[in-house]
Amino acid sequence: MPFIANTDADRDAMLAAVGLERIEDLFRDVPEQHRYATLDLPEPLSELEVLREVSALADENDHLGELASFLGAGAYRHFVPSVVDFLAGRSEFYSAYTPYQPEVSQGTLQAIFEYQSMVAALTGMDAANASHYDGATATAEAVIMALNSATGNRPGGKGPRKRVVLSPALNPQYREVVHTYTQGMGLDIVGGDLIDHDFHTLLELVDEDTACVVVQNPDFLGQLHSAAEMQDLADAVHAAGALLAVSVDPISLGMFTPPGEYGVDIVMGEGQSLGNALNFGGPYLGFFAMRTADVRKSAGRIAGETVDVDGQTGYVLTLSTREQHIRRGRATSNICTNQALMALRACIYLAAMGKHGLRSVAEQCYHKAQYAATRISMIPGYQIVGEKPFFKEFVVRCPAPVHVIKDYLLMEWGIVAGYDLVDDYPELGECLLLCVTEMNTRQEIDDLVEALASVAEMVEDMELELVRELEDVR
Amino acid sequence: MIEPTVYDLSSPGRHGPLLPVLDVPEAPLPDGYLREDLLLPELSELDTVRHFVRLSQRNMGIDTNFYPLGSCTMKYNPKVNEKAAGLAGFTDLHPLQDAEMTQGAMQLLLELQVYLAEISGFDAVTLQPAAGAQGELTGVLMMRKYQLDRGETQRTKILVPDSAHGTNPATTTMSGLQVVELPSSPRGNLDLEALKANLDDTVVGLMLTNPNTLGLFEERILEITQLVHEAGGLVYGDGANMNAIVGVVKPADLGIDVMHFNLHKTFSTPHGGGGPGAGPVGVVAKLAPFLPGPVVSVEHIPDDFDDEEEHVHFDEDGDDFRLIWHMPSKSIGRVRSYYGNFGVLVRAYTYIRMHGAPGLRRIAENAVLNANYLKARLQQEASYPVAFGDRICMHEFVAQGILEGAPDIHTMDIAKRLMDYGFHPPTVYFPLIVREALMIEPTETESKATLDAFADAMIQIAREAREEPELLKDAPHSAPVKRLDEVRAARQMILCRC
Repeated sequence: MPFIANTDADRDAMLAAVGLERIEDLFRDVPEQHRYATLDLPEPLSELEVLREVSALADENDHLGELASFLGAGAYRHFVPSVVDFLAGRSEFYSAYTPYQPEVSQGTLQAIFEYQSMVAALTGMDAANASHYDGATATAEAVIMALNSATGNRPGGKGPRKRVVLSPALNPQYREVVHTYTQGMGLDIVGGDLIDHDFHTLLELVDEDTACVVVQNPDFLGQLHSAAEMQDLADAVHAAGALLAVSVDPISLGMFTPPGEYGVDIVMGEGQSLGNALNFGGPYLGFFAMRTADVRKSAGRIAGETVDVDGQTGYVLTLSTREQHIRRGRATSNICTNQALMALRACIYLAAMGKHGLRSVAEQCYHKAQYAATRISMIPGYQIVGEKPFFKEFVVRCPAPVHVIKDYLLMEWGIVAGYDLVDDYPELGECLLLCVTEMNTRQEIDDLVEALASVAEMVEDMELELVRELEDVR
Repeated sequence: MIEPTVYDLSSPGRHGPLLPVLDVPEAPLPDGYLREDLLLPELSELDTVRHFVRLSQRNMGIDTNFYPLGSCTMKYNPKVNEKAAGLAGFTDLHPLQDAEMTQGAMQLLLELQVYLAEISGFDAVTLQPAAGAQGELTGVLMMRKYQLDRGETQRTKILVPDSAHGTNPATTTMSGLQVVELPSSPRGNLDLEALKANLDDTVVGLMLTNPNTLGLFEERILEITQLVHEAGGLVYGDGANMNAIVGVVKPADLGIDVMHFNLHKTFSTPHGGGGPGAGPVGVVAKLAPFLPGPVVSVEHIPDDFDDEEEHVHFDEDGDDFRLIWHMPSKSIGRVRSYYGNFGVLVRAYTYIRMHGAPGLRRIAENAVLNANYLKARLQQEASYPVAFGDRICMHEFVAQGILEGAPDIHTMDIAKRLMDYGFHPPTVYFPLIVREALMIEPTETESKATLDAFADAMIQIAREAREEPELLKDAPHSAPVKRLDEVRAARQMILCRC
């Protein structure tokens, strides 16, 4: 085997040293009748053969590198500068593990500390942790932290708060994961099925039993809420003794007001956009930022600055008495391994793009999305849904079922149109969620507009296999 | 020498990579939405490169040093894995693309589900959990829901041995269940009498790590699983230590009902400085309806299906099929977004394909041989006590930093001194039931020569402990920093440069 160094002679010498005759003797504690069960697996492959096999599987996919794409909905295509792959590919980083021994893990620890610093700066919060698995689990951990943090605030000593209010415009997958994580906790989770996305409607669900309210900004449908509107929401939530958690697109914070400036308690979200590839959904990272008062109630690894015996600055994992390896059944969460390598990529991305680079990424997304929306709104039969400003995503009401339009755009134009909202928001029938980033050229946007215009014409003429569709419905 | 932070290196006006000139007209920016300042660093590209290259040099990794961190299986990460996971057909694939466009990726997932099921003996596998701890949460939530589904609402307890990883009790609590801790026997295994005494109709199940964190195989595993089943409970297998038994025994054959795999341990995917991992979960048939979803499944296409679909597969019998996403009927729900840490799954798939059945067996055999050899040398030549050292260990063993003639020396001193010899220390002070624990897991990818060098260093350190203890007390001497003040870090709470 290529990955085993010992020779037969080595093995013989080692067996002799432990006083055994055969390798099989090492497994005498394993019940004999189950020892060496047959494994029905494909024959072993050489490196060359396995690369052929895996490449063939990769080639079977129609990936976004070869198509014009307007698909986002939680996972985004952004420019990843070359330095990110180069630096994160150094195996001194990726072949290390959790920095339990800080003196020989200063590289990892300082990178986590810098990542935490930049996430705190981006969100305007006091502190950030080393990462969660993704945006969805960061949201679930925010809810759990809020349950622990808001408990003391409940009037009249009536025990722990059990209500969690989720905005219907919070990413549907995040809402699902909150339900999964908390299913044994006896909670009352409400709000996710509201048709009306207005904050006032959401606030009607907030009562004295409410531990937290979770919203998204820009929300899942792309709508942006102003700093003033968010501040009003925060004030109302705090008046009820609950916490406000906001899921944000970190790229949007290159230009928009950081949540720390509008009274939010927890800021979390999907960090994939920060220097990580789409990777068919993972590995990604969940970022998590909070106020100092909540740090000791939070989950997950955190790096802190300290000094060594000579007084020299160094970094360690800290506040570990919150964690499972110390506190076991009373820990704030069971999380240990997180997404450190993805957080390293985010750290390198933020350092490399820096203050000016991130702002220009955000502004290009904004301008290109506005351009696309303006042009699409001029095509007869299409309508931009939503009254508020938007960042890089917006909803378009279409003149035909979205899946028909998507198929046509892909087959005839090589365009991945966007996300069909019909399953998550049935009330938004025939609505498409489009995403435009700095990766989309004006030509791609113009092609999209032309393609959508030709759909409108075909609908007018009853072409576009609509007949088949109508028959399917019948 | 300290390495300045990215903020210390920042210089106003510097910038990194540029974007193309904006090719659409600028739109007005909305009032009341914009931020005033953005406190990110301003660096040139070379500033960034030098900084992170220097940081990388302040780390030990498997590629630079022997890293026998017990229970973490720090084996070599084959480079072909990185190449496979880096293919554009995977990295540029969006998780919400239509299934017709992602059939290759879905086939890889389906095959990996099948391989992991075959390796473990389980009937179904989910690849969604992002790490071992999330796999545990997945498994325990399924056990809970299974019992509720049977109407056994009075079952609220999970039995956990005192040698278990902290994640086991933490997961139990997160699932809304109560932890009952079971003691270990004088042989280092589960105390069967204690198990019997706690098995009643309030028990959801038992969480068992086998081999356990002492590196010992449960000698009476078949009796244990039978007892739990007879009491109406389920047995959760913590697969963290699967490297000891992969290709040798299938956990399902031993009566385990549900188990997570740590792909970053057994199946060689990089640990990444603390993730990403992947924690797929295998289950017996009766638990399959409770799996989180979506999972990949096969949809057969009828013979008379007349369509020119591009991505249609053919099975062994020549029948058409395509791959679809499927939500199990009684699913606990989704445990994270999308389908799991896909890039990690590609690496594990590559590794399994290269090994096949004979290769996997050799992994376990060499991992266990390496551990026993190192254990023998430390016991015989360096007089380190080894917990339950008279038994054959599996992939790891727990030595103790207790040396005769050196009463002031502790495990932490030995660990720090190992750094000066160029070794990453073992796991220290775990499991909690062994005093001054040094948990050593060499893995199968290390050579006898490396093990000998490590044993020689441990022997030398034992001598230093008696003759020049300050060498240990002041260690490390050669690391980028000296011993760090962890108490101060927790008290001061400097968590960012802001």
